[in-house]
Amino acid sequence: MSEKEARNTPETGATTGSEIVGEDKVDLEQELQESNVREVLDKLDRELIGLKPVKTRIREIAALLLVERMRKKVGLSAETPTLHMSFTGNPGTGKTTVAMRMAEILHRLEYVREGHMVAVTRDDLVGQYIGHTAPKTKEVIKKAMGGVLFIDEAYYLYKPENERDYGQESIEILLQVMENNRDDLVVILAGYKDKMDRFFHSNPGMRSRIAHHIDFPDYTSDELLAISRLMLDDQNYRFTPEAEKAFEEYIRLRKRMEHFANARSVRNALDRARLRQANRLFKSGGSLTREQLMHLEAEDILASRVFREGKLDADDEVSIVEDDDRGNNG
Amino acid sequence: MMTNIGNRITQGQFSFLPDLTDEQITAQIKYALKNDWAVNVEYTDDPHPRNTYWEMFGMPMFDLKDPAGILMEINECRKTFPNHYIRVTAFDSTQGWETPRMSFIVNRPKEEPGFRLIREEREGRNMRYTIQPYATDKPEGERYG
Repeated sequence: MSEKEARNTPETGATTGSEIVGEDKVDLEQELQESNVREVLDKLDRELIGLKPVKTRIREIAALLLVERMRKKVGLSAETPTLHMSFTGNPGTGKTTVAMRMAEILHRLEYVREGHMVAVTRDDLVGQYIGHTAPKTKEVIKKAMGGVLFIDEAYYLYKPENERDYGQESIEILLQVMENNRDDLVVILAGYKDKMDRFFHSNPGMRSRIAHHIDFPDYTSDELLAISRLMLDDQNYRFTPEAEKAFEEYIRLRKRMEHFANARSVRNALDRARLRQANRLFKSGGSLTREQLMHLEAEDILASRVFREGKLDADDEVSIVEDDDRGNNG
Repeated sequence: MMTNIGNRITQGQFSFLPDLTDEQITAQIKYALKNDWAVNVEYTDDPHPRNTYWEMFGMPMFDLKDPAGILMEINECRKTFPNHYIRVTAFDSTQGWETPRMSFIVNRPKEEPGFRLIREEREGRNMRYTIQPYATDKPEGERYG
């Protein structure tokens, strides 16, 4: 207040013009440093393989918020940009992971106050009886305030085959909050592409309130291999060179089979390989070196049913081991 | 009797101060959330000081991170009961406390008529005194216009 008044006084009036320029100049570099957002973006680049369009969009959003912050500093007011998003993509393409990062980025840029993420599905929002849905949805929304509300498989909220489905009520409350409480929370809807498209088609209000539609592409084989290396590294495991070759082959074969869930399938395959490694070490007995404990051998991977499929009919025991891929697909 | 200037009732925290602004309420709630207390919104139209159990508006709110959700609930309650007393309480569930740790009024009726002094003559020229809110002459729900 007083600063503004001082500027308007006639004595200083002549010099204010140049002063404003000098004083109000904001340094992009410094701003970037202050927000620590570069750190998060670099981490995103390092830890998330592939996903080019996603990363580009996140950079754009970060840039927009940063510029918006600087504009605010020099007194160029604008309405806060809406940041509700929809993430579409096949299973295992990293939608939840990116949403969590998003919460962190938005927090660093002071767009949301707390930076936590509340992940929910239809069950958490929609009640079982009349009058049960609104309090349930509101409770979830209140918990998510100051952070990000992540609605997984959002298209289940809308069930056109049942006119009296309570999902519609939940959608209406969400729409209202997305409009009125833009400063308080960011809503991210996630789901498979085709089903989300149908969902938006029948809920045009939802579509128009979401500014960013981000599509998560499938990973290439090379990216999946890079992901597997990263996953193993996190758990202090390594491939032997032969094992890596075997796993490359595994990915190639697995991709062509049904129920392939990108990074999730890779994680499951690695978990099973760890199981086999443990079993192999157990059988061999004796003393083990650090190296032995760390390395996955080719045989740990080649034991998978994926390789034997053509030659051998899947016996029961193996199919149980492989089944969890399908279980996680939902 | 039992009232201060303007007949404003004084219960809980900050009740001798002018009404809190939404900003100040937010700051208080933030403090409660920082301490992991569950915050609820309650209302009543019986201002008697011994009326400790007020009606709860909606559900108690657990696991919130940000005061915006509670402020939303307060405003909802103000819309439903513009002329009631509304207070915010913060409940501490840690063992040994298990009690409200904060309680303050966030909404009052426009007119607060105050309290009537009632004298009762007992045996041996003894006097007994009690108070009664003027508002409670009317039935519940019709007390403040």
